[in-house]
Amino acid sequence: MVHWSAEEKQLIASVWAKVNVEECGAEALARLLIVYPWTQRFFSNFGNLSSPTAILGNPKVRAHGKKVLTSFGDAIKNLDNIKGTYSKLSELHCDKLHVDPENFRLLGDILIIVLASHFGRDFSPACQFAWQKLVSVVAHALARKYH
Amino acid sequence: MVLSANDKSNVKGLFGKIGGQADDYGAETLERMFATYPQTKTYFPHFDLGKGSAQVKGHGKKVAAALVEAANNIDDIAGALSKLSDLHAQKLRVDPVNFKLLGQCFLVVVASRNPSLLTPEVHASLDKFLCAVGTVLTAKYR
Repeated sequence: MVHWSAEEKQLIASVWAKVNVEECGAEALARLLIVYPWTQRFFSNFGNLSSPTAILGNPKVRAHGKKVLTSFGDAIKNLDNIKGTYSKLSELHCDKLHVDPENFRLLGDILIIVLASHFGRDFSPACQFAWQKLVSVVAHALARKYH
Repeated sequence: MVLSANDKSNVKGLFGKIGGQADDYGAETLERMFATYPQTKTYFPHFDLGKGSAQVKGHGKKVAAALVEAANNIDDIAGALSKLSDLHAQKLRVDPVNFKLLGQCFLVVVASRNPSLLTPEVHASLDKFLCAVGTVLTAKYR
């Protein structure tokens, strides 16, 4: 089980309280598809992903980004059992979606950058540490049921 | 992975706008790296890594200068950083995985200090550039 200090929990919660899940989620997924274009391989049915502008404006990208980040909220509500929270999603990503877990790490890093851009100096090094730890734990949990 | 003309222009543009603040960006990058990825501190047992450390500031300045040099010679990063590449291979031997960690922190600094600069396109170009720099610095490792 992952240990979270009181400070880490507070840093995570205080940032999350101010996150616009729809906007941040959409932006994070769009940036993933733009910065690491090979990740588009999972979204061939999303329509036009031919340019950064197309990706940023793509409604399926926005909707899926929101879905993904909303799911992050479940981890934050269950910091002491992220493994359990993501057990079924892990199976899904392995058995049905066939997503290389490296992609979870890439998305996590992108999310950190999106948060930094929204929160500026408030996204302190301590904040970054807590959130980098969170995205790493989430990525690990999503990869845990792979076989 | 090749830097397109657009990538080069985006990176040069970014560093142009960062200008004289590069030193601060470098120092904060290191501060964030040590805080976020404590294992990176193992390369600096001889440093005072406390908040506001003059050594970290000084080293951040060096790191920033190298990035600026690479951006100014973006058509030949390998040439521009050749001596640094030798140094990392022969003396420093920083594990290659750490260049990604430094790159991530540099991106976070740019995002937090200057979010309007880091459009998705510039983000992509800068990420590629930082990868290229890491590749050059580890190219002579074996």
